[in-house]
Amino acid sequence: MFYREAGQFKTSYQADGQIFPIRQDRLALGATLIVAVVALPLLASPYMLSAILIPFLIFALAALGLNILTGYAGQLSLGTAAFMAVGAFASYNFILRVPGIPVLLAFVLGGLCAAMVGIAFGLPSLRIRGFYLAASTLATQFFVVWCLTKIGWLTNYSSSGVITAQKMEILGYAFDTPERKYLLVLFVVAIMALLAKNMVRSNVGRSWMAIRDMDVAAEVIGFRPLRTKLMAFAVSSFYCGVAGALYAFAYLGTVEPEAYNLDLSFRILFMIIIGGVGSILGSFLGSAFIVLLPVFLNILAHGLGLPTSVASNLELMVFGALIIFFLIVEPHGLARLWQIGKEKLRLWPFPH
Amino acid sequence: MNISFFFEVLIGGLLSGVMYALVAIGFVLIYKASGVFNFAQGAMVFFAALTCVGLMDKFGFSLWLAIPATVVAMIILGLLIERVVLRPLVNQPEITLFMATIGLAFFIEGLAQLMWGSQVHRLELPIEDVPLQFLMDKFNIIVSQFDVTAAMVCGVMVLVLSLVFSRTKVGRALRAVADDHQAALAVGIPLQRIWGILWAVAGMVALVAGLLWGARNGVQFALTFIALKALPVLILGGFTSVPGAIVGGLIIGASEKLAEVYIGPMVGGGIEGWFPYVLALLFLLVRPEGLFGEKIIRRI
Repeated sequence: MFYREAGQFKTSYQADGQIFPIRQDRLALGATLIVAVVALPLLASPYMLSAILIPFLIFALAALGLNILTGYAGQLSLGTAAFMAVGAFASYNFILRVPGIPVLLAFVLGGLCAAMVGIAFGLPSLRIRGFYLAASTLATQFFVVWCLTKIGWLTNYSSSGVITAQKMEILGYAFDTPERKYLLVLFVVAIMALLAKNMVRSNVGRSWMAIRDMDVAAEVIGFRPLRTKLMAFAVSSFYCGVAGALYAFAYLGTVEPEAYNLDLSFRILFMIIIGGVGSILGSFLGSAFIVLLPVFLNILAHGLGLPTSVASNLELMVFGALIIFFLIVEPHGLARLWQIGKEKLRLWPFPH
Repeated sequence: MNISFFFEVLIGGLLSGVMYALVAIGFVLIYKASGVFNFAQGAMVFFAALTCVGLMDKFGFSLWLAIPATVVAMIILGLLIERVVLRPLVNQPEITLFMATIGLAFFIEGLAQLMWGSQVHRLELPIEDVPLQFLMDKFNIIVSQFDVTAAMVCGVMVLVLSLVFSRTKVGRALRAVADDHQAALAVGIPLQRIWGILWAVAGMVALVAGLLWGARNGVQFALTFIALKALPVLILGGFTSVPGAIVGGLIIGASEKLAEVYIGPMVGGGIEGWFPYVLALLFLLVRPEGLFGEKIIRRI
């Protein structure tokens, strides 16, 4: 009843091709954005903003990047954190070495550096498939972190390899409080999510999906695997790179290369599994789930009075069990549950 | 360049490669017969070693009592995994199964530490880690007795496994399942029981690997990372070949140590972490299915 598109007629091609064709979706998105932009910065505590909302948005962006590669183009990658690291350290170096460079431009350039690394490590995907490829993407992960630790120039010869992200300032306006940082991150993530949403329903996105579903067949009907796969690697790494830069600048502040370890790659992989592989919304849902779960488990463990060592092991177990549970019950993730919910709402309360 | 030093590094590398192969075999077994890329193998190695040590430390079991007890535990674990995780996921795409095993890895790691605590345990095997005397006298090369024993254990295991695979009824059933699930079911092979057996065997392989690695480095959480060491071995040797795991292990082990010693100092050291991957990657560019993997034929 609440979610019914009856009576919403499309009278032009433009209306038919719009990004959210159903009015309720547009309203819901608008409401979400208003809440996110106006209400949350006013109402949420600084802890909530800087410990939950900012990482949620940043991880959602990284998950979006991985989802483009794995969910849409079908290339499994275990090196997400490496691309994030490239983005973060490249942005740091751009700001450090190019005086007066705008922060956002530095982020974009950082993302482009990550994209170039992504293309380089994406080249093997033309010959290697499936698990062989997944295992080889680990090469990216270890190699990049090793480079960042060993090449002093990249960390400005800091003795411990730790960099301190510079202050973010745009047109003389400093983004230093949690509220301001949150708004900046929200702005970047919203724009990039919109772009991604449009990209996956365009020519580019369709070619990715064709390659994902069957690359030999896609090649036969005229998609170029070289261009399509490398494009997917580049775009995905760009997203991850920007997310990595935000992770360093808006969330952590001081970063060492080890912050972008394999664990982070796996966390982001879990986000897209739980959220939904091949879904933009899923990236956000998965990120929210993975960011909130430890918080809840912590509160729960405190409530039960468990010692921390037991709690952290239980957290691991719950984490693993939930992943298996999700895969068994709903292999398409939270996004699919959301879709089913919407289908139900169309007919509710008279399903027959 | 000192030739005996070169040989020492080479032999050390080959022997550590055998240790990698030990872990890799566990992967191969499961991948071969069920198409599941079992990321949890490292966690199973950790679980097996920790259970064995835990039984000895907490309940005062002797080593020879703890090992059979752990074998039983691994069999139960394997059967449980088949029942709880794999059976509901039959017919899902490979990638889903792979991700499920990542979840499984987390679960097993948490479980092992919850049961036995997360401190580092020492594991004493009745094999001494001393250099072989006659090699030292004759060629001035230091080769640890422990490594040689490990290599022999590994050799025996490969021999037994390949005999089981080729000579016994269960082995033939395993190969049939690996070839074609549906055809195997059609001729009456109990697929789920076969998978249960398979995971139990992989658990025992994990125990052997866990004992040897644990005696070498101490039983600790870092054991789970040896799965990552086994991955380049796997992609080099091919996912479906037991001999491939051995050959891959030898190549990776030797080249890794040689690279660390001879190339490492030029670029600042610590290249052991990524060198095997890059090597395997370059190799795959030439042969995308690894050394002994089945030739990939793609049809529309």
